[in-house]
Amino acid sequence: MSERLRVNPITCTAHGMCAELLPEFITLDPWGYPIVPDEPVPDELIGLARKAAAACPTLALVVGKRRRP
Amino acid sequence: MTVVATTRRQAYPARPVRRLPRLLAGLAGGRPAGLNQHEHSYGPLPLPEAAWSGVEGAARRAATRLIDVVERSGLTGRGGAGFPAGRKLRSVAAGPGPAVVVANGSEGEPASRKDRLLLSRAPHLVMDGISLAAFAVGATEAYLVVHGDDARLVASLEAAAQAREVAGIDQVPIQVVGIEGRYVASEQTAIVQHLNGGPGLPTFAPPRTHDRGVAGRPTAVSNVETLAHLAMIARYGHTWFREAGTPSAPGTTLVTVSGAIARPGVYEIELGTPIGEVLMQAGGPAERPQAVLVGGYFGTWLPAEVAWPVSMSHPGLRSVGGAMGAGILVVLPESSCGLAETARVVRYLANESAGQCGPCIFGLPALADALADLAYYGGRGDAVDRIAGLIPLIEGRGACRHPDGATQLAASALAAFSHDARWHDAEGPCYGVRQPPLMPVPGDVEYW
Repeated sequence: MSERLRVNPITCTAHGMCAELLPEFITLDPWGYPIVPDEPVPDELIGLARKAAAACPTLALVVGKRRRP
Repeated sequence: MTVVATTRRQAYPARPVRRLPRLLAGLAGGRPAGLNQHEHSYGPLPLPEAAWSGVEGAARRAATRLIDVVERSGLTGRGGAGFPAGRKLRSVAAGPGPAVVVANGSEGEPASRKDRLLLSRAPHLVMDGISLAAFAVGATEAYLVVHGDDARLVASLEAAAQAREVAGIDQVPIQVVGIEGRYVASEQTAIVQHLNGGPGLPTFAPPRTHDRGVAGRPTAVSNVETLAHLAMIARYGHTWFREAGTPSAPGTTLVTVSGAIARPGVYEIELGTPIGEVLMQAGGPAERPQAVLVGGYFGTWLPAEVAWPVSMSHPGLRSVGGAMGAGILVVLPESSCGLAETARVVRYLANESAGQCGPCIFGLPALADALADLAYYGGRGDAVDRIAGLIPLIEGRGACRHPDGATQLAASALAAFSHDARWHDAEGPCYGVRQPPLMPVPGDVEYW
């Protein structure tokens, strides 16, 4: 399935938990905010992606099918 | 030619023979056109008779026909994004429950004057457009949003709305709302949040305002110029609208010309007119031109020789990596420094951030610092690389397009002034940085 990760940039406050849990996909910018590639999450990472989304302290990380409009 | 019947049996003035001006045709004198003068110039509001009949099916079919006409006219949004107006009305009309129409006249762009001109001189043309859009989407609420700090404008618009209410013109009363005067407050999600009682700051989409906007209802947010064109299309038809412009970019548009130009101001042009021709209409450059900023502070610098033949239209500007934006042209003279101008504007945009998203909070000041180093200090040889490295860290990472506008401006400055940028970086600032600032920035910051 082509699921994508999106960050709500307003709620994200740069805890960096997601990059800790999913370093294969998410990196941090110089200010500690996640850089998420705008491409489907690889199948083998989707479970970890869901865990990272659930672990986000501000619930800013979302797994979903829709692209950002 | 579409003939839309009206309730009041009153003859329309003959359809305008001259193609231009259209929106600015009734702007004699410096005062707003009153309701009588407006109806004398353009005829009464062309609401279909079915709108007042109370027969729901008939009204809905008439609304669909109106949307068809708008779609066939090829009218696109004049606020910057250029979204097809007909498609927007159709998707809001298809949404669940009664809709809301919001006319955006808040014009956050400091180099744009067109919306203010339209609202201060031809308020009823805009309000006709609001009324027609409200009918088309089946709205029960209609707002006209402007900057609240301009108390005279707000008062004159409130008077105009009241005159219409007394005359019983609109089905849905038009409410004039003043919002905060900052740049990001004019963004459409910010306006919707303000109308919902929240702060006037952008929100994270989805939900899109099309689907869930004011009070959670489908909401059509349109620029006031778009709505004025809609009022003309409803009167004279889509064929008439297409008599001006090009097949892929039909109609006319308002542009604001400033900078080193003989007669700065707002001009109505046919879409597709070459930029050089628009500038000649404004009296031509006041000095030897170096570059032209198109699209405003979220826009693109084009070297003068590149800009001159480019056609003012979404496809034309896209072909050279630019965008129409709200139809802004700023002419940079040879004697000014494009890097210094860019540094000042990006500093302004950084200060105007809503402060909600990290990449905008931290990225824009870093970008402004790097640009200021390049423009005013230079001589370290790393500023160009710093700027180029920051751009991808900021672009596309905010909830709204504010940070993207700043990176677009910075990237286009590095491209258009690449020679200057290398010189500044290696040798230090040029003489141009001592010129007085060209582009208006509220609360100018000085570096020297």
